[in-house]
Amino acid sequence: MNQAIRNSWIVAVALFILLFGSISYVQFFDADSLNANPSNNRQLLKTFCSDRGPILVGGHPIAESVATDSDCKYQRKYNDPLLYAGLTGFFSKYAGQYGLESAMRDELAGTTNEAVFDRISQAFTGTRPQGQSVELTIDPAIQKMAYDMIPDGIAGSIVVMNPKTGAVVAMVSKPSYDTNLMASHDQKSVDTAYAKLVNEPGINLFGSAAYKQTYAPGSVFKLVDTAAALASGKYNKDSVLPNPAALKFPGIDYTLPNYLYGQCDTQDKASFTFALENSCNTPFASIALDLGQDAITAQANKFGFNDKSLSFPDSVTGSRFPGSTATLDKPALARSAIGQQDVSATPLEIAMMTAAIANGGKQMKPNLVQTVRTPDLRTVESLKPQMLRQSTTPEIAQQITDWMVSVVENGIAGAAAVPGVEVAGKTGTAEVGNTGLNNAWFTGFAPANDPQYVVTIMMPNVDVATGAALTSPNASKLFKAVLKK
Amino acid sequence: MSQLMTVAKPRRNIELLLLVLALGMGVMANALVNLNLGRTFDKDFYTQAAVLAGLSLAVHITLRFRAKYADPVMLPVVVALNGLGLAVIHRLDIVTGDTAGQRQWLWTGLAVAAAVAVLWLLKDHRILRRFTYISLVLSVLLLLLPLVPGISAGDVNGATVWIKLGPFTFQPGEIAKITLAVFFAGYLSSNRDLILLAGKKIGRLQLPRSRDLGPMVVAWIASVGVLVFQHDLGTSVLFFGLFMVMIYVATSRISWVLIGLVLMAVGGYAAYKIFPHVTRRIDTWIHALDPQVIGATGGSGQVVEGLFGMANGGLLGTGLGEGSPDSVPLANSDMIIASIGEELGLVGLFAVVCLYALFIARGFRAALGTRDSFGKLLAVGLAFAFALQCFVIIGGVTRLIPLTGLTTPFLAAGGSSLLANWIIVALLLKISDAARRPAAPAAKPDDQPRKEVPAS
Repeated sequence: MNQAIRNSWIVAVALFILLFGSISYVQFFDADSLNANPSNNRQLLKTFCSDRGPILVGGHPIAESVATDSDCKYQRKYNDPLLYAGLTGFFSKYAGQYGLESAMRDELAGTTNEAVFDRISQAFTGTRPQGQSVELTIDPAIQKMAYDMIPDGIAGSIVVMNPKTGAVVAMVSKPSYDTNLMASHDQKSVDTAYAKLVNEPGINLFGSAAYKQTYAPGSVFKLVDTAAALASGKYNKDSVLPNPAALKFPGIDYTLPNYLYGQCDTQDKASFTFALENSCNTPFASIALDLGQDAITAQANKFGFNDKSLSFPDSVTGSRFPGSTATLDKPALARSAIGQQDVSATPLEIAMMTAAIANGGKQMKPNLVQTVRTPDLRTVESLKPQMLRQSTTPEIAQQITDWMVSVVENGIAGAAAVPGVEVAGKTGTAEVGNTGLNNAWFTGFAPANDPQYVVTIMMPNVDVATGAALTSPNASKLFKAVLKK
Repeated sequence: MSQLMTVAKPRRNIELLLLVLALGMGVMANALVNLNLGRTFDKDFYTQAAVLAGLSLAVHITLRFRAKYADPVMLPVVVALNGLGLAVIHRLDIVTGDTAGQRQWLWTGLAVAAAVAVLWLLKDHRILRRFTYISLVLSVLLLLLPLVPGISAGDVNGATVWIKLGPFTFQPGEIAKITLAVFFAGYLSSNRDLILLAGKKIGRLQLPRSRDLGPMVVAWIASVGVLVFQHDLGTSVLFFGLFMVMIYVATSRISWVLIGLVLMAVGGYAAYKIFPHVTRRIDTWIHALDPQVIGATGGSGQVVEGLFGMANGGLLGTGLGEGSPDSVPLANSDMIIASIGEELGLVGLFAVVCLYALFIARGFRAALGTRDSFGKLLAVGLAFAFALQCFVIIGGVTRLIPLTGLTTPFLAAGGSSLLANWIIVALLLKISDAARRPAAPAAKPDDQPRKEVPAS
């Protein structure tokens, strides 16, 4: 009997070993992943009332924690919330966390691995963990200027970035909202505000439309076709492209017309220069039909399309050009090649594509964060320019730059010109369904011989005249401001 | 008969010393709760410390008179656990506004009184053997009570295991654990020769005769009955484990364990297929971290909140009063292990589990040491059931196995559990006293030596 008792004891010991194992797993090995679980609001409860680090622009806090008298010792406060809502996002107990508040939550809360040593010393000195501060790459003057360029009542996004470093200088989108409404400690008022804002057309509570929303890019996508054409070796700068008034597809009752507002209809053959200056449709559709869907997709991917993993540091919605798995028929491919149909892009992606051309084909990783500092002002992180991918060759980038300069000097983006500076640019107009309204785009950079700034402007759902008035001329103003001309 | 011999020394002074340490732990825990939650040490604090000390001393003194040679470690371990439980329940009361702490104090008093009564009135544990069949009848009655209209408390958190008498609720199944162990110990110690020697042999596997399968069938029916009629998965597993280990120890035959495992597998699979509440338990366990399962009613919200709490505590814990264990549903009863894990950390929880392991080890030690087979079976059954109960509840909270609503012995808020477990402590102390006492000059009629069959 005693042997059986000893055997049962071994079973009991085995059960306890399993328990020690599962406790260790939960509290040690899996603890980080449980703490990071999106359903877990314990870290939030812990940090919600604590002194989080500020988010700074030009040395001034745009998000900060201020002391209160209530049980919850600190309250998150946003300064100039409408101007920065799309970047900061909000840190809310009741409506979630978005934008930089979410993407930089560990730094702001002071709970990164690097901050652990600080916390240990704080444990001895008795002070509460205090978050690190996050300084942005944003230039407050340019940010304000860009924001004011979008008239109230009209939606739109503007991105200004440095093509050499990827640093975002300005990023705005309208309509905006007051992030303080979301950060309130009063659940009822947060719920009411959330329910109202989430239904308001054009407002994106989860981050700026400039990187969270995709739109048909229209003619700016022709830059991708151009790069694909030159990269294929079948075309060069002297190639003569077919430029019929309309592209017909045998056996299908569909024709793709040329662009109406330039001078495309004056000639039925075109050089790249002429086709880009006037933004003719049929030459680029022909290129796509000639090279095939996979070639265009490959070039689009090299510019950053179909990349769903980008974060800057908040995650960026992926732009899209369908790959060969979703085979497009010829009319669909032709329409996609001019930036309609199955193509969609965030304004940030168009800025990144433009930046790659400006930067000799090297696409840099966009970034909003300049430095992260501890409460005692030690820098723990600072922006290190990082190359994402080689989008095209320096030669092709130079060739496209030359053509984009001529688009501004001689073509339909003339309003973007800045006296004394060579500006490279491209406009885009994409039809929105059958509404008669368009997505109006401008993307470009300056100075063309030593690109310092990329400007991308996007106005959805406007008529042609409004679009034209709000894109290229505003780009010119922004170039003047950033280049101090 | 090979027996472990222990030098017969009472060791009551060692027990007293350990008791002081154990009391210190409970009182300090309560002090920390008050400190960290910004409370002053009011009169209640000192009264409670005095009450806990008084109760422990009462048991200690009873042992000096009635079970001089009892194991000196068991009581301090139990006092430490009970004291910690009271502190944690008090801590949760402060933030939730509940009064579970007061009820727990009341039940601790009652449970200790019951333990003292058992120690005082039960001269020798072998007397219980006379109540073998009465225990069976009592067990069946106790298990049926929650289904009797009028006193049934109905469905509480998905299980029908409570009765309601005026303002008091009680879980008779907790007591049934003891009476069933007594029945099986009595039945098996009387009939083990028959069970062992009769039956066909297939290869190395000795099969029992079908008539000897009787207790196994009773066990199976009881477990399945509890599962079907009371929706109580944990107790069902517990009973079955209790029977299996006792039959195995009685017969030393692995064939019984195999038959038992087959029965359990069949029963378990059938239950999974037939009973929606079992299906749901298993499914929510597997997909526990799926956001939809977390949010669903009857989903994994409770266990996942517990996991989040334990992860929040990490290695060293947040400190008593510094975490937010109250965001876990049933934090002071089913999930008290998660509360302790959060505030005392991996280290604290390991210490608690070590206390359980120590207690169970002493139970097994008593089983090894005692000379009569009834005592051996009873001790091993109670100790193993205790181990299984710890495994089922702590394993459930840490998502090692699906969560079932078993109580965490001595820690969780709940009167019936405290009462039953303190009675088990009294019985094990009594058996350990018999095990460690100097050998009696002559065997009593109750304890005729039986032929020991070597383990196969």
